[in-house]
Amino acid sequence: MAMNGKGYLDASNLPVKEFDGIIVGGGGSGLMAGLQLAQSGMNTAVVSKVFPTRSHTVSAQGGITCAIASADPNDDWRWHMYDTVKGSDFIGDQDSIEYMCQEGPATVFELENMGLPFSRTEEGKIYQRAFGGQSKDYGKGGQAERTCAAADRTGHALLHTLYQANIKAGTNFLSEWFAVDLVLNDSNQVTGVIAFEIESGEAYFLKAKATVLATGGAGRIYKSTTNALINTGDGTGMALRAGLAVQDMEMWQFHPTGIHGAGTLVTEGCRGEGGYLINKDGERFMERYAPNAKDLASRDVVARAMMLEIIEGRGCGPDKDHCFLKLDHLGADLLHKRLPGITELSKTFAGIDPADHPIPVVPTCHYAMGGIPTNVHGQVLTQQTDGSDKVVEGLYAAGEAACVSVHGGNRLGGNSLLDLVVFGRSAGLHIEDSFKQGIGISDPTNENINDALKNINRVNSSQDGENSSTIKKDLQEVMQLSFGVFRSAKNMEAGIEEINMIRERTENLYLADKSSKFNTARVEALELLNLLEVAEATAICANERKESRGAHSRDDYPERDDENWLKHSIYFKETKEVSKRDVNFRPKIVQAFQPFARTY
Amino acid sequence: MNSIAAEQVKTLKISIYRYDPDVGAKPYMQTMDIDIPKDKDIMVLDALQLAKEADPTISFRRSCREGVCGSDGMNINGKNGLGCITPLSEAVRGNKLELRPLPGLPVVKDLIVDMTQFVDQYKKVQPYLITDKENDGKEIPQTIEDRDKLDGLYECIMCGCCSTACPSFWWNPDKFLGPAALLQAYRFISDSRDVATEERLDQLEDAFSVFRCHGIMNCVSVCPKGLNPNKAINEIKKMLIKRAV
Repeated sequence: MAMNGKGYLDASNLPVKEFDGIIVGGGGSGLMAGLQLAQSGMNTAVVSKVFPTRSHTVSAQGGITCAIASADPNDDWRWHMYDTVKGSDFIGDQDSIEYMCQEGPATVFELENMGLPFSRTEEGKIYQRAFGGQSKDYGKGGQAERTCAAADRTGHALLHTLYQANIKAGTNFLSEWFAVDLVLNDSNQVTGVIAFEIESGEAYFLKAKATVLATGGAGRIYKSTTNALINTGDGTGMALRAGLAVQDMEMWQFHPTGIHGAGTLVTEGCRGEGGYLINKDGERFMERYAPNAKDLASRDVVARAMMLEIIEGRGCGPDKDHCFLKLDHLGADLLHKRLPGITELSKTFAGIDPADHPIPVVPTCHYAMGGIPTNVHGQVLTQQTDGSDKVVEGLYAAGEAACVSVHGGNRLGGNSLLDLVVFGRSAGLHIEDSFKQGIGISDPTNENINDALKNINRVNSSQDGENSSTIKKDLQEVMQLSFGVFRSAKNMEAGIEEINMIRERTENLYLADKSSKFNTARVEALELLNLLEVAEATAICANERKESRGAHSRDDYPERDDENWLKHSIYFKETKEVSKRDVNFRPKIVQAFQPFARTY
Repeated sequence: MNSIAAEQVKTLKISIYRYDPDVGAKPYMQTMDIDIPKDKDIMVLDALQLAKEADPTISFRRSCREGVCGSDGMNINGKNGLGCITPLSEAVRGNKLELRPLPGLPVVKDLIVDMTQFVDQYKKVQPYLITDKENDGKEIPQTIEDRDKLDGLYECIMCGCCSTACPSFWWNPDKFLGPAALLQAYRFISDSRDVATEERLDQLEDAFSVFRCHGIMNCVSVCPKGLNPNKAINEIKKMLIKRAV
């Protein structure tokens, strides 16, 4: 049904396309799930608002962290697990982290077998580099080299390899289709999504027995971010509007090295290869903050140290508002071999060649540790009134959109790509199994479908009001100012007030262009509504978590509070209230790691 | 881009190809003046976003805004390139910036072209590793030297700048595979792990797939990643000729 003019979409004449499973999102986790389902012979579709290789996985640089024991034959997935638990500041779920670290090696070798052009060692094995927060022997054996790399283009190599594998498997793509909202039936089972083909503007009900949200991050809630313009939290917005829970939304990672001014990412692999940060005096300041790991402390630690240097007047440049990442001592040969992409990006966005000059960098919004809560099978969980978990039937989530939670309060570098492939796969496996056993999802009523059409009908029928781009800018500004690296109640409360006003303004969101074909203004208006949900959840959860843990750092509550906050935060849109959820301390194979003071 | 104080701006005349399939009228060039920063170089994509703020109906693709996703291939003052990594200082001539869709492919709307033909040609070269290896839970070993052979080939972002700059592709987009697909073909031929070289060459052995390349080299001059599809094509031609004699 074409969207044209101010016409309403209605369930009674909305065409239906029916699948066994649909995957919303064509990045790493979506393509991994898609591959699994295509190989199983199920009737599936990967629904992506961009051609799959345009997804943000393509921008990952440094690598995929995994104990494949290439650089160190004694490496052990349990050490990786320990590092990840510590990195999470102890609110990562240990059953999930164990699963990821243990399953990882088989998955990385499988990606290599698919064709991923990893860099190589002298022995012809996969090259691994040092990354932040990675240790040997449970923190006692020094820095580990565990991050498997294809130069500094690992995400590109991974995403293209997965796309190619999906071509081979004959996966069905709905490319440049925008998913709007989940369709829930009267039993609150998910029965598919409302989506439209962007090129034609034709809207459909994509009906499925299993729906996977693999929609990636939402870094565009901030003004300065490493994230692609498409990272607007579409799946998270859909889940919130459907009345489902989100988890740990206050936990946003600020990557230490975004290019000053441009926001584009400079991989942690630069420091893994021997680069380091300096302040205006040329001092290698991380030695003061993290005497052992120095520049390879975990990201939250490095980002805070950089901000402190800047706040205390030791920043670089005329405005003393950034630090320098020094690479010139590594030599042009190494930069050419291991960091060619960084050399390119530095020339384009900072106007310098890192072989001669340090790169101006500043902590920049990079990654959502929080998201839609799931179990290790990717099944989406929501919280019941008594505080217990409940599986949302028919719905899965994987990758950055999900919170499984392997990253807890702070993600370690290289763990996002591992998360993508391991949990994209596990969601696919679970769907395949469930399908064999028979999935009982009952049909939605027309009323159910019309509920899911409300949002898009509101945008399509808007008569006058404000354009999405101005509202979006204001939202990004608030988030940047009030919910950055350092947070305080005063700032956050003011930020929440402003977000309330922005929400009121979105009630008057006006889509002036009502045309049907490739209407990017419509897409951007719908994206803004998703950004708003993510931003508000972030703001309220951040204000509610009264402690400092992982990436969440408050000057009014500077200490970690394990007594009250060794917990996930859970948030619902309807009540705008935050409740707590237990962190999993029950891994299956190893003994749980108990919290200790986190130093690097 | 943020709104900029008046004294810090200068005016750029931007001219954008417009075609609205809903209306179906003839395409035209829409020209407008936009304010850009006076002392700071911005990218073509930034300028285009500013134009879209003034007229939200302007349509174009964009995603990573850092030259790795390949969304915003377009014709910039007569030359194909990526909007996000082409600075105005490089692109603008006589204070004018003219943006058109990639040439040779059907236009869907404004700067958006239908990439189907381009992707179909990519799919034809079996762009995936073919091995006879059992899944034994290990990597296929590859020497550093063998891995080096993939440099300059695997980095393609499928933006389409090369194939749509190629007169041979314009002429036979269905039969000549085009530089992007051929670069990909050679990427797998060159991979020491791939066992299907002969099969791959069989598929390329006709008058059109490869041999319609006449070495015009537009592909090389426009590739935003600095790749050299022409060299890859020549290598394939050499292999085909060597096999034939």
